[in-house]
Amino acid sequence: MNRTHPLEAIAAWVLALLWLAPLAYAFWSAFHPAAYATSFSLSAPLTLENFVRAWNQAPFGRYYLNTVLLVAMVLMGQLVLCTLAAYAFARFKFKGSTIAFSLVLLQLMIMPDVLIVENYRIIAGLGLLDTIAAIALPYMASAFGIFLLRQTFKSVPEELVDAARVEGAGQLAILWRVYVPLARPTYIAFALVSVSYHWNNFLWPLIVTNSVGSRPLTVGLAVFGAPETGVDWSIITAATVMTMAPLLIVFLLFQRQFVQSFMRAGIR
Amino acid sequence: MNAWLLLLPAAVLLAAFTHFPILATIQHSLFVTRRNGTSAFVGAENYRAMFEDAVFWKVLINNFWFALGTIPTSIALALLMALWVNRNMRGRAFLRLAYFTPTVLPMIAVANIWLFFYTPDYGLLDQLRGLFGLPAWNWLGSPSTVMGCMIVMVVWKEAGFFMIFYLAALQQLSPDLEEAAAVEGASRWYTFRRITFPLLMPTTLFVAINAVINSFKLVDHLVIMTKGGPNNASSLLLYYIYEVAFTFQDSAYAATLTAVLLIILATLALVKFGYLDRRVHYQ
Repeated sequence: MNRTHPLEAIAAWVLALLWLAPLAYAFWSAFHPAAYATSFSLSAPLTLENFVRAWNQAPFGRYYLNTVLLVAMVLMGQLVLCTLAAYAFARFKFKGSTIAFSLVLLQLMIMPDVLIVENYRIIAGLGLLDTIAAIALPYMASAFGIFLLRQTFKSVPEELVDAARVEGAGQLAILWRVYVPLARPTYIAFALVSVSYHWNNFLWPLIVTNSVGSRPLTVGLAVFGAPETGVDWSIITAATVMTMAPLLIVFLLFQRQFVQSFMRAGIR
Repeated sequence: MNAWLLLLPAAVLLAAFTHFPILATIQHSLFVTRRNGTSAFVGAENYRAMFEDAVFWKVLINNFWFALGTIPTSIALALLMALWVNRNMRGRAFLRLAYFTPTVLPMIAVANIWLFFYTPDYGLLDQLRGLFGLPAWNWLGSPSTVMGCMIVMVVWKEAGFFMIFYLAALQQLSPDLEEAAAVEGASRWYTFRRITFPLLMPTTLFVAINAVINSFKLVDHLVIMTKGGPNNASSLLLYYIYEVAFTFQDSAYAATLTAVLLIILATLALVKFGYLDRRVHYQ
């Protein structure tokens, strides 16, 4: 384990710096005047001018609000719906539960991301086009969330449930007082994955929104950076940094939880 | 308390946005919409047209090259990263951070950053070429280089994500094996080739299947980098579906293409679950 060759250590560091370079470059370009976009000099003056101009040229404040609302709406919906469904699968024996569960799992292989054509039709039929709810709805009943919570709920010791029942707790009270608190790590893992997924999601929001009032940051950034708008490069990078900054900061603060959550999420 | 009542809210949404759309995709792929708005049953006509559509074959082949270009490279890099980060190397927390960071960035932001690297003349890549006296090259505008550019970017974005699965697997491996090999005087390379790598095989298969599934969903970057061009050289199946449905407004043909994508994803899922089931049996 400890026999690391010095050359290997150097290679690991070179790769790490190479991996950070595109991001470092984005920050460089965002915090320096346009004249320094490709000339790297230590004497280049730092500036926030690019951010100010990006902020003034497009309604990024509104885009932030939309993204925060979207992420919150999706997560709230997922937590409620997935908790109830997972509880049903983990705790109750009912006819057709196996079939019902495989119908849920179907969404793991065919995610809403690929059903854009028909889901657009449905959202249009509901009269929800160009709303934040339109972006959120297809993702709320998350098969992944149901699956993850069901696994966790199944490991809850029967004695705890019995103890709560003796105290006169009903089924919903048992869920709320016994299952939910014990599944906290699962909820945190799921929430981190969900928030980063929907903060970054692009194609579906692009399809169902077409105005400032509902567009999330990613779509706003794409509209802002389109070549035909003629906005200069440094300002586009400033907008790019604004789009990824909040998630990046949360990631840097909770690195360990993030990595572990993604691991759990991926392995299922 | 009725279990069905607990399931109801999730079931309604799943039915509305997963099950019904799947059935509707199949149904719409068998109809055409006439100019006067009525739709008519045409059987396999849309599929026949699809098989004669050169662009369909082009995007399918592109998907193949895209997967072949990104997956083996990012898996190899991911394994290398995991082996390094798993060791008691100085600064391993920093290394892990550096490798993993691209994973949490929005694809659209990544595309913006890389777009600048690839911009002709002014972009970073051409500035580097200029240093060596080479002429400018339109990286994204040339059919010969555009796919390579996309592949490099996606490898950068995904390798760190795959790394964490190897990291998880490496932490499960018993250190005794490696120590025993060291005692026997086996070289590091030999230990890796004959012990570590074979033990990681389930992880490699798992990551590979997920990576293939993922490669069919990754199209965000095309919207701002190339719009599938030049001449569909960088287009992928899902992007073509998006174009047919929302630019060309041909929803019957878009449904037909979606049906193909669903068949591909379902096949991959069967492979995945078949393999996972087997693994569960052996443990």
